[in-house]
Amino acid sequence: MRQSIIHWFKFASPQGFYPLAGRMIPWFWAAAAIFGISGLWISFFVAPTDAQQGEGYRIIFIHVPASWMSMFIYLVMAFWAALGLALNTRVSGMMAQALAPTGALMAALSLWTGAFWGKPMWGAWWVWDARLTSELILFFLYLGFMALQAAIDDPRRADKAGAILALVGVVNIPIIYFSVKWWNTLHQGSTINLNKAPSMAQTMLWGMLLMALAFWMYSIAVALTRVRAIILERERHTEWVKHALE
Amino acid sequence: MNALLATVRRDILLALRRKSEVLTAVFFFVIVTSLFPLGIGPEPALLKKIAPGILWVAALLATLLGLPRLFAADHVDGTLEQMALSPSPLGLLVAGKILAHWLLCGLPLVLLAPVLGLQFDLDASALGILTLALLLGTPLLSLIGAIGAALTLGVRGGGVLLALLVLPLYIPALIFGAGAVEAHIAGLDIGGHLSLLAAMLVLAAFFAPWATTAALRVALE
Repeated sequence: MRQSIIHWFKFASPQGFYPLAGRMIPWFWAAAAIFGISGLWISFFVAPTDAQQGEGYRIIFIHVPASWMSMFIYLVMAFWAALGLALNTRVSGMMAQALAPTGALMAALSLWTGAFWGKPMWGAWWVWDARLTSELILFFLYLGFMALQAAIDDPRRADKAGAILALVGVVNIPIIYFSVKWWNTLHQGSTINLNKAPSMAQTMLWGMLLMALAFWMYSIAVALTRVRAIILERERHTEWVKHALE
Repeated sequence: MNALLATVRRDILLALRRKSEVLTAVFFFVIVTSLFPLGIGPEPALLKKIAPGILWVAALLATLLGLPRLFAADHVDGTLEQMALSPSPLGLLVAGKILAHWLLCGLPLVLLAPVLGLQFDLDASALGILTLALLLGTPLLSLIGAIGAALTLGVRGGGVLLALLVLPLYIPALIFGAGAVEAHIAGLDIGGHLSLLAAMLVLAAFFAPWATTAALRVALE
């Protein structure tokens, strides 16, 4: 064993993770800014106007990355929850708690921008499409997770209860998604079909990918900032926190 | 297995000593389903169309009403801790409690549903499908609900929180349960709906007592 191997388990303790998170945050903020500025520039000035949808389509540069992140963050949250339950590491529970508000924000943003997009395109703020409905349910799952964590005073119990809920939720997400999808095809109420996406211009795709990366970096930066605050709050009785704040 | 049956017998006996608690949920079911025609109007064609959805949503809410009682009393008087310490596995005892909860809160709904369905002008075969779907669906509701009940045990504002946690997870049961009846009325095949409902029931019967036990152990720490 050489000494240069990083001791990863050091970062499983709040004391070890706090300075690491502090060092990583500026980099993720910088990456978010670079990707965000270039992505917005492409999406507003380079990407051509859509032949059918006009300028209104540009909202998808926010809408699609937000939807992706809302789903991905739930998976990451469930991953940390499982890790916390299996290895009993404290930072895992804090990570899950720190990710939830960002995930809920992304789900809300996705629903909101979806409504803005739907009004001019479909003539309705809301339709009971399978994707919209499952995004709404995902938003409810985030709210349930945050409400449960907020209702339990003991942080260790809140972490474990939240972890069980996140895992139950992640098992249910595919079931909910397919049931909503089949429910929608059974009813055939709306004539809108989101599945036939028109072939996208290359620049549009680039804009979307850059925006997705920007959202990704932003989510990591915000989650790390939040987890630092959670660490300070929970470890306030320890000596190292008193020194860290000096 | 004896431990499971003993738990079922004990819970049913306790509930029968205080009948009003069980009957409240049942009457809630009756009243809520009767409110819809008053709110929507007495037109038979419309009522027939929305009947499966209304009966299912009312069954969902009535099940939810009985869930906080599932573990609360045992938690307060320490029985739950004794169960966790007993030589029989806690998962088995929890499964017994869930079964008792279904017998007390779910089964009455299944038996009442055909009677309430008559209010909505459903014909005999539709009533049969509705009862069958509820028979498969209500145990699923009890199983999923037990996880939520265990997670919110002794938590501030547990009742409202329980609804927030559990209702999104009830959506698949609602879709396939009400969907089976709707498909039957529309003249479509209902095998798929009932099979999926049964598949979810099997899956939940395997995993839910386990997840509930984990949540209870967290609450008992």
